[in-house]
Amino acid sequence: MEFSYEVRDSYAEVKADGRLNMVSAPKLREFVTDVIAGGSNRIVVNLENTAFMDSSGLGALIGCLKAARQAGGDLRIAAVQPQVKMVLELTSMDRVLTSYASAEEAFSND
Amino acid sequence: MTRFWTRLVVVLTVVLGLNYVAWRWAASLNWEAWWIAVPLVVAETYSLIDVMLFGMTVWNLKIRKGAPEPPHDATVDVFITTYNEDLDMVMTTALAAQKIRHPHSTWILDDGDRLGLKALAEEHGLGYVTRSEDWTATVPRHAKAGNLNNALMVTHGEFLLILDADQIPEPDILDKTLGYFNNRRVALVQTPQYFSNVPPHDPLGSQAPLFYGPIQQGKDGWNAAFFCGANAILRREALMQLGLMGYVKETEKSIRRALAASRSAISKARKSADVDTPLVAGVLAEVEAATRKAQQQLEAREPLGEITYRVRRRVDAAVQKLVQADVSALHADLEEIAAMELAHVGDAGVPVVADDAVQRMSARDWSPLGALESVQAVLDALSVERNDEAQPVMPLATISVTEDMATAMRMHAMGWESVYHHEILAYGLAPEDLKTMLTQRLRWAQGTIQVLLRENPLVQKGLKIGQRLMYFATMWTYLSGYAAIIYFAAPIIYLLLGILPVTSLSWDFFARFIPFMVANQLLFAVAGRGIPTWRGQQYSLALFPTWIKACSTAARNVWFGRPLGFAVTPKARQSGGPSWSLIRPQIVVCALLAIAAVVGMIRLATGLAEPLGTLVNVGWVIFDLVVMSILVRAVLYKGYEPAADPAVR
Repeated sequence: MEFSYEVRDSYAEVKADGRLNMVSAPKLREFVTDVIAGGSNRIVVNLENTAFMDSSGLGALIGCLKAARQAGGDLRIAAVQPQVKMVLELTSMDRVLTSYASAEEAFSND
Repeated sequence: MTRFWTRLVVVLTVVLGLNYVAWRWAASLNWEAWWIAVPLVVAETYSLIDVMLFGMTVWNLKIRKGAPEPPHDATVDVFITTYNEDLDMVMTTALAAQKIRHPHSTWILDDGDRLGLKALAEEHGLGYVTRSEDWTATVPRHAKAGNLNNALMVTHGEFLLILDADQIPEPDILDKTLGYFNNRRVALVQTPQYFSNVPPHDPLGSQAPLFYGPIQQGKDGWNAAFFCGANAILRREALMQLGLMGYVKETEKSIRRALAASRSAISKARKSADVDTPLVAGVLAEVEAATRKAQQQLEAREPLGEITYRVRRRVDAAVQKLVQADVSALHADLEEIAAMELAHVGDAGVPVVADDAVQRMSARDWSPLGALESVQAVLDALSVERNDEAQPVMPLATISVTEDMATAMRMHAMGWESVYHHEILAYGLAPEDLKTMLTQRLRWAQGTIQVLLRENPLVQKGLKIGQRLMYFATMWTYLSGYAAIIYFAAPIIYLLLGILPVTSLSWDFFARFIPFMVANQLLFAVAGRGIPTWRGQQYSLALFPTWIKACSTAARNVWFGRPLGFAVTPKARQSGGPSWSLIRPQIVVCALLAIAAVVGMIRLATGLAEPLGTLVNVGWVIFDLVVMSILVRAVLYKGYEPAADPAVR
């Protein structure tokens, strides 16, 4: 699992490459918390290279969403792969999180 | 073969039971004494349903041959939950847990936040977890469920073995159970709860051989063996899935509630005095428009994250406009003051309001909307952060003080499977005095009734019919307190007043009643296969005040939000002499039964009562008194003394 981030015009893009599971989930939470602390409260988690996610990974995303909202911003996800899409539907998390086609689109509407 | 005989006796019992109770309803009611006749037949029907549910449970008895070889790379967290138990006890359990053979991490989950325990854990290389800073004073703590949910966020084993502070595990507990998880649908393996500090005659009825035996094995046959809080292994993925689904459900519910409340909140704010300025009115109009839009988007099933975010942005923008106007006015005033030289403004000239002041003063905590509390409350609830809980995702159910059963039921509803492994792999400590025992039984009963009232298994989506009935069976048994009162009242009423709830004690009655009773006892004997079940039968009747109290307090809690008066079961023996006051209702009932028996005999001797009725009812009284006699031993019980063990029989 590899995390990286880049600050764009109106948001920070976080990439989570690999398998986001119960082992790497707490690390994602830490990573995003640091990005928010660094001054970006609009976060896009780009999942194009996230081949697998389990419920702990999703739980971490919720934790990050909460942190971003508390900082006055938002967290969005982009480019979800088929397995991740399945997990989102299975847990009905798609009722909460919108999956955007790409990171650029995520904040394009505001 | 056992299964064949069990099923045969089940069929026999059910047929004879229906035969008896149907006749009771149809042909035997003494309508002149309907006030006891009807309650009695209702109580008998209750008992028949209870027996039928028990019959259904053992119908599918599953005797497992043991788990396959466990996967060697399975990662496991062993959780030892503690609150106020003796440190020696906790450490004995923790060190035994450390010696479990399969690779694992051992964690002490200390809800008591004790420095001494922390030091001991560090000294022995054990993990030590206390509540994170998210568990502020304003969110509910959820007792043991909260403790476990907190620990789930900071650990990452694939499986979790849950132990109470007093439950000393065998080193092979994981070797014998992890293999069941090779089936990827299995979410839970429960092993028996067994107590090492209980003498063979078990005066407090602590061991539950019928439950941790045929009942759980029967439920297992229906894929409904349930989680009992400890001595169980859970799959993290299943728990987290539950947590996520619960999060989505609760979030949507709270957003719906907030939107429903928004209209009245806004009109209330409009009526308040502060809304004279057109700016505040403007903000309120904006809030109203935003919530109305949100309602439409909710109906269109747009994602909740978007809906709440848009409301927040729109309201924030409006608030910012309002603050900006105030700040501009302030600025203008300051300039005016400076121009009039009424105040000394220093070297810096005209004081300038800092650039980010507008932003800062518009933020949630300083926002002028804070003054409009009802509106602010609606806006706060329109969020996906679940601010009323310490963490958004709560894997273990928190709807009941017995989080275990509720959690298992939700897992089953999601399609997960469970396993009951019938082998003692951990040794716990049972209460050693009546008071503690009663507290514990009350807690279990309250929790079970809470689940029944909050998430009635009969109507839960996703459960199979067998699973629904298996959960319902356990809940049904806790209603027995009401039936018990009627069973006590009926003989007392006959012996004192000569009023019989049945039309006659004739051949018709005995020919139906006796075969049913015999079959009933036979069923317990066959299903129990030599297990001592008498103690359990005694307590299910003798603790009737506890069951009634559990039902009434749980109902008040669920329907009216009253507290349960819940206490953690103390593991240490309570001091003091025999406390007869704990069983006052039972003493009163026994005295009434005894008086009734004596009066009945006198009435018989003086020709006021008939022999058969008196005989049957005195027999009934004697049976009740024998059942209740266990309470005398329970009150006098002085705690466990290992040395005295063989002598006591």
